[in-house]
Amino acid sequence: MEESKTPLLDELEKGDWPSFVTEIKRAAKKNKGAAGLLSQLESSYKEKIGHWKHGGIVGVKGYGGGVVGRYCDDPEKYPDIREFHTVRVCQPAGFFYTTKKLRQLADIWDKYGSGLYNMHGSTGDIILLGTTTPNLQPCVDELAEIGFDLGGSGGALRSLSCCVGQARCEKACIDSMDIVRELTQQYQAEIHRPAWPYKFKIKSSGCPNDCAAASARSDLAVIGVWRDTIRIDNSAVRKEVDGGYDIFNRVVRRCPSEALTWDQKKRELTVSAEDCVHCMHCINMMPDAISIGRERGATLLIGGKATVVKGSMIGWILVPFIKMDPPYSELKDLFYKMTEWWAENAKNRERIGELIDRLGYSTFLDAIGLKPLPQMVRAPRSNPYIFWKKEEVK
Amino acid sequence: MAKNDFGPPDFREMLPPVIKKNYGNWKSHDIPRPGVLKHTSYTGDVIHSVRVASPRLVSSDWIREISDVADKYCDGYVRFTTRNNLEFLVSDEKKLQPLINELDAKDYMIGGVGLSISNVVHTQGWIHCKSAVTDASGITKGVMDKMADYFTGKKSVPARLRIAVACCVNMCGACHCSDIAIVGIHRTIPKINDEAVARSCELPNVVASCPTGAIRPNPKTKSISIVAEKCMMCGNCVVVCPSLKIMDPENDGVSIWVGGKVSNARSGPAFSRLAIPYIPNEPPRWSTVTAAVNNLVEVWAANAKSGERMGEWINRIGWERFFKLTNLPFTDKHIDDFTHATTTFRSTTQSKF
Repeated sequence: MEESKTPLLDELEKGDWPSFVTEIKRAAKKNKGAAGLLSQLESSYKEKIGHWKHGGIVGVKGYGGGVVGRYCDDPEKYPDIREFHTVRVCQPAGFFYTTKKLRQLADIWDKYGSGLYNMHGSTGDIILLGTTTPNLQPCVDELAEIGFDLGGSGGALRSLSCCVGQARCEKACIDSMDIVRELTQQYQAEIHRPAWPYKFKIKSSGCPNDCAAASARSDLAVIGVWRDTIRIDNSAVRKEVDGGYDIFNRVVRRCPSEALTWDQKKRELTVSAEDCVHCMHCINMMPDAISIGRERGATLLIGGKATVVKGSMIGWILVPFIKMDPPYSELKDLFYKMTEWWAENAKNRERIGELIDRLGYSTFLDAIGLKPLPQMVRAPRSNPYIFWKKEEVK
Repeated sequence: MAKNDFGPPDFREMLPPVIKKNYGNWKSHDIPRPGVLKHTSYTGDVIHSVRVASPRLVSSDWIREISDVADKYCDGYVRFTTRNNLEFLVSDEKKLQPLINELDAKDYMIGGVGLSISNVVHTQGWIHCKSAVTDASGITKGVMDKMADYFTGKKSVPARLRIAVACCVNMCGACHCSDIAIVGIHRTIPKINDEAVARSCELPNVVASCPTGAIRPNPKTKSISIVAEKCMMCGNCVVVCPSLKIMDPENDGVSIWVGGKVSNARSGPAFSRLAIPYIPNEPPRWSTVTAAVNNLVEVWAANAKSGERMGEWINRIGWERFFKLTNLPFTDKHIDDFTHATTTFRSTTQSKF
């Protein structure tokens, strides 16, 4: 029997979880690049080091980004992945597909690339993994013919993403898929032609459960919320309690603002609307009995990002409540104001959250014309070092 | 003439008719069996979603294979979740059990819904990234092999548990708000090849890229020098100047973080906090990492109250008990010394002994 050339990676074909190694091997049967990737990856596993290097800039006509150059560091040894570029393809909002569209995509990528994909990349794009420089343009041209356009890269607006929203969730307070669709169409230039100090991400979640991780993973998060009161169907509540559901310990006691009361005699659940912080706990626990309110809109948060450079940030409340009716003009207007201020003031590779940290939230609010609100802070400042404007002193 | 800037396919063309019809009109949902969601509309219409594990890195063969299945049972409609699972969307309830039978027969793993450990959000790793300190896919595979019973619902958990893997501190996988996060880290400062740096890098940019001011121009070599005590090994300079080399197979590895979340349910979104500062890279199966994650999950599952996420559990019992119960050492590495470090120091006399 022939000895395996990838003994280390073979270990990752064992076990219950679906194996990415099996997928690379499937692609490697048809594509030399995928085979090259497999061999190089085995080396990485042996040597505990990556073998991709910073490469030259690659591109396609009409776009400043969307394709990312990738070169192996030993082209003599792995000539088939000398060039192995990434093509970022913008996904349909909510990651819904027809199999017809998926098959068309696979046919094109088999023709021009490795036949390997990330479904999906961290930002949301379909990531086509690995092709050569000459194949980029024809690949992107044919993708356009079946209706797929490129996503963002570099100092640009990155492809937007969202949760499943109103397509299949009773908790969605906003149409997160339509918002992402509308903004994506509006900001095509910002996505495709990098003109900013660094990346900018927008994500939208339908409710405060934030399945799109918008507050942590996007510079501008659009998270659905309601501002009237939750709706309680007490007949449904009673049905669950009759079935043995421990409503007091599982729901009432865990309400973070003590807004719920369960009257054991009347067998009635009530909410003190002014105390409710719209956190989702009771709705998550009793989806048949408790639902979101009717006056719906979004909370906007600004500044969310991962670690590099100045540390991780979770977005800060920018607008506690904004109505979200198409075409979302108020949001679009705010977006232009904030990115203009950021582009003008930021250093290279400085995200908007880091810039706000450096220059001050009040300065930012001033620049984009928003008034300070108590919802923006955990608590007011505890130090007396206040900056006064000229017109505020004699 | 090539067309540009037309955007992604319109999602409306990708929706099953029952979703189109009931868009924005869903009433409730339940979980009839692990891995299956049943959504009911105010019109009485129903859609079932069968969630299966995906390795995220997939081949064209896989895409055609899932398409065949979806054509047979789902009128050709599928979707992916924000955590890289695949969902078969079943409009005709009669096709639900036959679909599950076929998925079982083909060894697809059904799960990841509700009280479970869902798929890992992770980054590119050695497979295709230039700054990867580790291989995210390999770690994910090792960890999820171990966690498989929590995915399928064979074993239960007190609450959702979200695992993320990032192969460097760029954290494309946004680990910083996960119940358990595994992050690739460097422990040694970049090596400077003076000649290459002088030839290929813009020195002012390199100097400016350093968040701690550890990089200074070196007029003698027309290169730069790094003040070792100030360097926190973030790798930002390496992005700006690839002639600096930060990869160090002997010293690179991963760290493990706990207790983050993004949901606003009960408590607000929270950062993950350091649990284990360093574990060496152990390809192919990262067995120490896998065992460490398993320990965290088991201790949490055994001790947390019903509905308590990892971070909520830790907040209730306190960090001193967390380190005791998990049998993890608390070290100097656990005390923050970066920006806003002092906000993490405790001022109350309320301690557990």
